[in-house]
Amino acid sequence: MAQLALIFVSIVLVNNFVLSQFLGICSFLGVSNKMSSSVGMGSAVVFVMVLAELVTWPIQQILDRFGIGYLQTVVFILVIAALVQFVEMFMKKYVPALQRALGIYLPLITTNCAILGAAINTINYNYTYLQAVVYSFGAGVGYFVAMVLFAGVREEKLWDESGVPVAFRGVPMILVSATILSLSFMGFSGLFQ
Amino acid sequence: MENKTSKLSILTNGIIKENPVLVLLIGTCPTLATSSTLANGVGMGISATAVLVCSNIVISILRKVIPDKVRIPCYITVIAGFVTIVQFLLQAYAPELNKSLGLFIPLIVVNCIILGRAEAFANKNSVIDSALDGIGMGIGFTLCLALMGSIRELLGQGTLLGHTIFGSWFTPIGFFNLAPGGFFVYGILIWLLVVVTKGKAPKVKSFSCVGCPMYNSCNLDTVPAETKAAKPADVVAEKGATA
Repeated sequence: MAQLALIFVSIVLVNNFVLSQFLGICSFLGVSNKMSSSVGMGSAVVFVMVLAELVTWPIQQILDRFGIGYLQTVVFILVIAALVQFVEMFMKKYVPALQRALGIYLPLITTNCAILGAAINTINYNYTYLQAVVYSFGAGVGYFVAMVLFAGVREEKLWDESGVPVAFRGVPMILVSATILSLSFMGFSGLFQ
Repeated sequence: MENKTSKLSILTNGIIKENPVLVLLIGTCPTLATSSTLANGVGMGISATAVLVCSNIVISILRKVIPDKVRIPCYITVIAGFVTIVQFLLQAYAPELNKSLGLFIPLIVVNCIILGRAEAFANKNSVIDSALDGIGMGIGFTLCLALMGSIRELLGQGTLLGHTIFGSWFTPIGFFNLAPGGFFVYGILIWLLVVVTKGKAPKVKSFSCVGCPMYNSCNLDTVPAETKAAKPADVVAEKGATA
């Protein structure tokens, strides 16, 4: 139990997927301009990440049994793409409220490297099924936290745009803000070990 | 796409006008993650280029065969196949590089540049054009990674390709080797691009959905109004058709 808690906290704070492992940066920088969309995207990532882990971990055991573990990349990405499609159809039919909230973010998630990254990482770390699911949940929560924090920074306009040199406005400023956020997460790195 | 574009302009398009890293702002994950040293950056750039060129060629050959509705899964399968090949080659001939790039080799599958070029270029153009586009984009990507890798390695470790460059007076600034340094150097590079070219150069796009390969099949509305007005008409038409 303590070990599971350790896995969870370390992936949320110390090895945050976005801010210290650079996974899912595209959507992190692209969708974080509005708080509402970052909350939606973050929840969709948590949901799909856990679901993908529940499916891919057993599949890897099957692949290993038949000695075709090298098909991992191909199989995982196809399974995740099919799963996302299936979840979308299922939600549309049975839980339309959830579909309205998360549906628009789902197609984006297929090509989000955080999902595939979490699935492959748990295999590389030789996690048990339970550990793997906790790890993915933590990775999703870490993504959610980073996303919401950064959307907060961008939406609040903590700096006065007119005081920023013209060439620095826009993209460079967003990246420098991300630097500071990432730097503050470095503070967690002494938490364990 | 114009029909009369010369082969050379297709090739240079990816290096300068539509540089994937500095202008289109796609493929940011591998850019930030693998540019901590020059060797890693170049290794990642070359691996991604190999996958990009091969997948562009194959997708261009198959562009009339692949049904439109299932094109994204088809592209992903093609790309994943080539990524597995690259992974094996690296394991066999460059185990050191494979080890330091680690997770980011299988993650080439979801590199936005590769899927994005398949969607935006290879499924509409001839095989030779698609190959040239892949080479150009790949070179643009590799050059940016090499540049970021050299800056971060020089300042973070005081070395280049493992050779010590600065004398003993230099204290390596560890910040540049860590995650925040990646964001910082990337931001500074884009700033320099804007300053040096004084707006004459290709305009750096904002982070938005336009460069995303899933743009046409996704209806998430975070695109700022100004970029929406400026996006190509054919994209609008396609989006209307799918929605």
